[in-house]
Amino acid sequence: MFILTEMKNVTRILPENFNMKLNDAIVRELNKKLANKVVLNVGLCIALFDITSLKESFIIPGDGASHTIVNFRYIVFRPFMEEILVGKIRSCNENGVHVTLGFFDDILIPPNALQHPSKFNETEQAWVWEYDTGDGGKHDLFMDIGDCLRFRVTAESFTETCPPGPSGLQEEDSTTTTNKIPYNLTGSINEPGLGILSWWDN
Amino acid sequence: MEIVNSNSASLSNYEVLKHLQKIKESKIKHGGQLATITYETLHYLEEAQCKNQTAESIAACIKDLEPFNLNKSEKLMLVNTPPTTALEIQLMIEESEDRLTEEQVQQILNILVQHFPHIAPAKQDDNQEEEEEEENSD
Repeated sequence: MFILTEMKNVTRILPENFNMKLNDAIVRELNKKLANKVVLNVGLCIALFDITSLKESFIIPGDGASHTIVNFRYIVFRPFMEEILVGKIRSCNENGVHVTLGFFDDILIPPNALQHPSKFNETEQAWVWEYDTGDGGKHDLFMDIGDCLRFRVTAESFTETCPPGPSGLQEEDSTTTTNKIPYNLTGSINEPGLGILSWWDN
Repeated sequence: MEIVNSNSASLSNYEVLKHLQKIKESKIKHGGQLATITYETLHYLEEAQCKNQTAESIAACIKDLEPFNLNKSEKLMLVNTPPTTALEIQLMIEESEDRLTEEQVQQILNILVQHFPHIAPAKQDDNQEEEEEEENSD
């Protein structure tokens, strides 16, 4: 679920940080720039892994800061397709089951990827797997908030999110852009062994 | 910023856990987003199986899994979330019915328990009926 991504950046170090060692200052800048951010088609950045090379630093006329070309590797959360992960249920609604890993929340299991047959219980606000006991009866298995569940990653999608434009210019636009989710995963639990962990305990 | 190689290597949960612990313990003051994501990811990983693993046990386990002809991502999943039942193996290994015999599946489960002994007890707390349940193979 975690990978290493090699990246290259021109890192700008402000004069006020010249008292720090160059490496430390760069590590700080890179983490400030990337930690907890989604990079398009790469994944959710977690933390700097290491710096692989540092080129000579240079200055640009009219700017007191130093600029350094740096090659580095970053730890990125990006599960591969078909990977099996364990998460917790964050919420349930008609659109499916929302799953969280704690550090990553945008995982949705749509209704057609739940165990069959499942239905949404309006009063409990939870999805229920109507497990067929084999003797004509059925056993309701609830999916409650906070339950641990095992799921398979089936799809991912990245959405470009631009920084909001100047305030006041596009009022109605800004409300739509803030709702965009940059990195979305889709999961499924419609196979034996997937779903709430306790379903398969014995 | 430029992406040189978006996927240069896969990391196991254990490696990420160790790296984040190092960041957390380092003297340098980290603020903002790095602190948030480090805290949240550590929280997740500390609940997962990797907290009881060691670099040696993972290396030895991977070596023992060699003869089964599994691919890299399958082995990674076996280490990240060690399965304890044949059903879970079936999920993680594609076409496992064709590629592995029942005996081999059992061998894989035994190898995992042998290298990661902590995964066994979690399964035995409540009712174990007619299911096989290997008796605490130490």
